Amino acid sequence: MNAQNVDAPSAYFLAEVSNEIETHTLALLVDNEPGVLARVIGLFSGRGYNIDSLTVSETEHEKHLSRITIVTTGTPMIIEQIRHQLDRLVPVHRVTDLTVRALRANQDKPLERELALVKVTGTGEMRLEALRLGDAFRATVIDATTEHFVFEITGRTSKIEQFIAIMKPLGLVEVSRTGVAAVQRGTEGL
Amino acid sequence: MTREMTGAEMVIQALKDQGVDTIFGYPGGAVLPIYDEIIQQEGLEHILVRHEQGAGHAAEGYARSTGKPGVALVTSGPGATNMVTALTDAMLDSIPLVCITGQVPTHLIGNDAFQECDTVGITRPCTKHNWLVRNVDDLARVLHEAFYVATSGRPGPVVVDIPKDVQFATGTYQGPTPNPAAAHKSYRPQLKGDAASIRAAVELMANAKKPILYTGGGVVNSGPQACQLLRELVSLTGFPVTSTLMGLGAYPASGENWLGMLGMHGTYEANMTMHDCDVMVCIGARFDDRITGRTDAFSPNSRKIHIDIDPSSINKTINVDLPIIGDVGHVLEDLVRIWRSSALKTDKPALKDWWTQIDAWRARNSLAYKPSSDVIMPQYAIQRLYELTKHRKTFISTEVGQHQMWAAQFYGFEEPNHWLTSGGLGTMGYGLPAAIGAQVAHRDALCVDIAGDASILMNIQEMSTAVQFGLPVKVFILNNQYMGMVRQWQQLLHGNRLSHSYTDSLPDFVKLAEAYGGVGFRVQKPEDLDGAIEEMIAVDKPVLMDCRVANLANCFPMIPSGKAHNEMLLPDEANDEVLANAISAEGKSLV
Repeated sequence: MNAQNVDAPSAYFLAEVSNEIETHTLALLVDNEPGVLARVIGLFSGRGYNIDSLTVSETEHEKHLSRITIVTTGTPMIIEQIRHQLDRLVPVHRVTDLTVRALRANQDKPLERELALVKVTGTGEMRLEALRLGDAFRATVIDATTEHFVFEITGRTSKIEQFIAIMKPLGLVEVSRTGVAAVQRGTEGL
Repeated sequence: MTREMTGAEMVIQALKDQGVDTIFGYPGGAVLPIYDEIIQQEGLEHILVRHEQGAGHAAEGYARSTGKPGVALVTSGPGATNMVTALTDAMLDSIPLVCITGQVPTHLIGNDAFQECDTVGITRPCTKHNWLVRNVDDLARVLHEAFYVATSGRPGPVVVDIPKDVQFATGTYQGPTPNPAAAHKSYRPQLKGDAASIRAAVELMANAKKPILYTGGGVVNSGPQACQLLRELVSLTGFPVTSTLMGLGAYPASGENWLGMLGMHGTYEANMTMHDCDVMVCIGARFDDRITGRTDAFSPNSRKIHIDIDPSSINKTINVDLPIIGDVGHVLEDLVRIWRSSALKTDKPALKDWWTQIDAWRARNSLAYKPSSDVIMPQYAIQRLYELTKHRKTFISTEVGQHQMWAAQFYGFEEPNHWLTSGGLGTMGYGLPAAIGAQVAHRDALCVDIAGDASILMNIQEMSTAVQFGLPVKVFILNNQYMGMVRQWQQLLHGNRLSHSYTDSLPDFVKLAEAYGGVGFRVQKPEDLDGAIEEMIAVDKPVLMDCRVANLANCFPMIPSGKAHNEMLLPDEANDEVLANAISAEGKSLV
């Protein structure tokens, strides 16, 4: 029994208290086989769950295992559902809610990073300002002409958002983002 | 065992190695190599259906009545898309089904080839898992894995899509793995329940003053042992027991503690007991919306224990206090053992009061209907069918609608696996092929499809299958010339405007039966009913029984949409005015 529920007539009513929308980062280890990504995203669209960000790549080549990182939002009940629904897909080896893990370890969040390529065009003062700001954000210039820069920037989602917002008036023309990659802090692996 | 053979031979070999004796199918271009093997072997009987959907439901009926997986074989394109309804049906009702589909040759995949469709894409959301096998050397492994996935954990349908060139290609066949659960790299469902949780459940049950056991199809799926354990648990505890539509028969309808089915058309006593209980033990059921009614008023004062093999069933719609993940049979075995070995006793005086209250609800006689000597009341028809068939080995299947609910209410099921119905998906057209599937598996049994006049027309072509294979299934049509349940909802929700729920040009079912080579009967008067049923049973051929029933009878009791368990509409209260106002504006948008 959940000790804190002991005096409540039903946990059902307790759940109403925590009906707030939360953002969680899930890490999935899956067989890298055809259709596995379709299964995962089909589950989200079919059941009406949200995907804020999704990243996927093979991480263990010899075992053909891919890691999918999904940032999703929902009530705690929905997030639990998502975790279990993902877990029962046959090619899914493991589902870990990194946000829950972080909270259990008394951390605010798991380690999350995103990479973005940001193309900015302009000349004169605007161009210099873009370069200065890129420096301040520790973005690297990976391509340039006299009329443009392409910045590579890595960081938390909030930092990327902020950088893009700042670049907007300075001639932002294109952004490509990887989505979130995440691991748990500390010595422990998945 | 490994040896060289073609893909088509592998299919037959793998099915035999998996203990399959019957497959239901329909040939076509992309499965011809497999059909060429079928005709050259013995030991595997192929039942030729008349529509692929029929093959799917027949395989479901076979599976549900035997506890073994059902197997269907269909061609690519339309063969596969016709199977989608049956797959979805099996998905929602957790029926183990292995469906093999032909596919266009690998080099044509993606080319919009003749009879090509993206079978694995289309069936992905309606299967537990599916595979497109591009290499013949993977075929045997995938087929064995398919049986493992379909039958283990929460059972369900799987599809193996085999391109035609893979069927022709030669490769190495491997026999099944001795322990597929241990060998599978990612799918290993938990069978044993957590011991501490089970102990906590025992304690909670022992202290209950107003308990109920709410059981579902998971008990039946877990097997005869699980049903036996459920019966033991009931006799140990003296708790009242109710069941979902899918779980009927797990506990006998003649049992003292039986409350009848619960839910939208469940009994008053079952629903009131659910609403007022203080400890609810949900065993292999999933708090479906037909069961809960208004979720925010669902059993408000109870502590809930939920035993389920599928973790995603826990806290999906109703939050529970004590989840136990595991196979019903395994968990009940531990639960009964712990109960026996512990010194805990039920609260006898409290239970006595509880039963007094339940008996008061029972006395409301919620299944009552007005008898008639002029017309056959549909409820009466089911009651007579039950009385005249209960001493036989009888399997009952249904279509979907009012007749299905009346069958669930009035036919008493004593044993599991004898009740075949489409619960989750609500598939009209399920009953006849399902009865055929059951009849194939139980040649000596009486297999009756309780049908409606509308539903039966959805897969009527399977009469031809029944005649060809000498399967004497009995279709007992409660003919009221309406889609009765649709009409009932139109009366409740849409001001009695009966839009397209009346069937104007029904066929003559007697002639239809004869046209197929079966036997047709018609019965219109209550006094002729028993004789007609006996005649129907006596005929050793497929029968269509056109049982003309009161046209406007409705199915009660009923929890109207958007209402709670304690707000049931009872038959004696359901006059026109009550019906017109039964459902609130919010309730109308619900299904």
